[in-house]
Amino acid sequence: MKKAEVVAIVALLALLVAPLAMDRYLLSVFVLVFWAAYAGQAWNVMMGFAGLLSLGHSLYVGLGAYAAAALFVHFGISPLLGLFPAMALCMIAGVVVGWLGFRFRIEGVYFALLTIAFAEVARIGFDHLTWTGAAGGFFLPVSRETAGQWWNLRGGPLFFYYLSLGMALAALGICWALRRSRLGHQWLATREDAEAARAIGINVTRARIVAVLISAAMTSLAGVFYAFYYNNLFAAQIFDMSRSIDIVLAPIVGGIGTLFGPIIGALILIPLGELLTEATRALGINAPGVKAIFYGLGLMVIIALAPGGVWPAIARRLGIGEGRR
Amino acid sequence: MLRVEALDLDHGDARALTGVSIEAPRGEIVAIVGANGAGKTSLIRAIAGMHKPTAGRILFKDVDITGWSSDRVCDLGLGQVAEGRQVFPTLSVRDNLLMGAMVPRARARRVANLERMYAMFSRLRERDRQLAGTLSGGEQQMLAIARCLMSEPELVMFDEPSLGLSPALVLQVLDIIRTLNREGLTCLLVEQNVVASLKLASSAYVLENGVIALAGASADLMADDRVRKAYMGI
Repeated sequence: MKKAEVVAIVALLALLVAPLAMDRYLLSVFVLVFWAAYAGQAWNVMMGFAGLLSLGHSLYVGLGAYAAAALFVHFGISPLLGLFPAMALCMIAGVVVGWLGFRFRIEGVYFALLTIAFAEVARIGFDHLTWTGAAGGFFLPVSRETAGQWWNLRGGPLFFYYLSLGMALAALGICWALRRSRLGHQWLATREDAEAARAIGINVTRARIVAVLISAAMTSLAGVFYAFYYNNLFAAQIFDMSRSIDIVLAPIVGGIGTLFGPIIGALILIPLGELLTEATRALGINAPGVKAIFYGLGLMVIIALAPGGVWPAIARRLGIGEGRR
Repeated sequence: MLRVEALDLDHGDARALTGVSIEAPRGEIVAIVGANGAGKTSLIRAIAGMHKPTAGRILFKDVDITGWSSDRVCDLGLGQVAEGRQVFPTLSVRDNLLMGAMVPRARARRVANLERMYAMFSRLRERDRQLAGTLSGGEQQMLAIARCLMSEPELVMFDEPSLGLSPALVLQVLDIIRTLNREGLTCLLVEQNVVASLKLASSAYVLENGVIALAGASADLMADDRVRKAYMGI
């Protein structure tokens, strides 16, 4: 483990000083990387730890974003306070989805369909909710006076760089602690074999609900960040299925159920997407979908080379213990 | 110690058990025999809190546990070794065993109990770090039993422990059950292997189509013509 610790500390120091040598564009790319790592970590709590496939995590991103943004715009409540009701709202939504799923024994892909359905309902609902701008979009005020008010999550690229880095690190720490906890072991048993877990006295339903609660609460913060980073919200974008898929991709590519998988996955996928955008622009290929095709090809190559995820493959090679358990 | 009174159980529209009453006194081995589909597993799962009965009562240690969730039942000291050796295949033997001690009643003593299990099942100690999925069938059955014992149960329900094992291993597993019983464990043994389980048990119930068709001391049942014809091929 000594070698792994040295690598981790060097990488962390590099990320802390790296902004000195970055322009605005590069900073924004890293913000996306950290955001994807954070959201992927949150999703991983459900899928990787508890074995619950959610393909509707955009629900929690969107609810968190809209809740914090609405409280800020309509009542002037700082997002640092607004994040708590945003979290609560997402946890309530999570309990509803989870309760329906577990009460009626909807499992596996059918549970995933349920999560998609809820995200879609939210998308359509917010598309018609005039209180938050409906389909015309919901815009956060950006003005000279509020600039630099960090307590209102107002700031420049550097501010959001460190904020997203902090969130990604916090998520890593939370997941590390969760996996070692009693709850983490209950999730492991539940994921491996829910029936067997029941037979040895594990409250499977409670373990699963708690996984949904934690995952939803964590993801809501990704939504709050999204709202105050982009300053505009469109229900059609934020609740879209493609956002859920984006969240899912980083941990899948990096390694489901591992601690560093979501981070490694985000470090691969976000730059890949940016490179492809640049490349297609430089080559003058403007046909819609070209980027998506190459992105898809890239995904296929990565998954073919490292079926269990990139991080477990790296970890094996480096002789580090953290694979999927 | 365990008393089931007039239990009815439905799976949707299908009736699984009708008016089933059984009793397992402390310190005894009670067998439940019957053909495939007679409702043996349904009965075990209902007692374990994994199916909600439609009617009737389940009493364990004089506590009415009807309708309790399986984790609460387990924590009261009623363990089960499920059919088909449900070990966690991708976890090590040690982790499987520690999973068995997740219930509050046994959590604090899990390290001592792990040692106790390794003393009882030396094969498992040898396979300590090995993934459970790579064990042989007999070893997996021992692991399933040991994992259940990690929760310090006072009564264990064994569902078809001999299923899929070679005759020699069947004897070994039944021997383990006998040993555990001598040490004070009350056992409810569900088996298709009628002769072996009747020999082991003090009393037995014959389950047919979800109804108790016969009940009594094992020796009497073994001499009963109907049992001999239907289950022993004599």
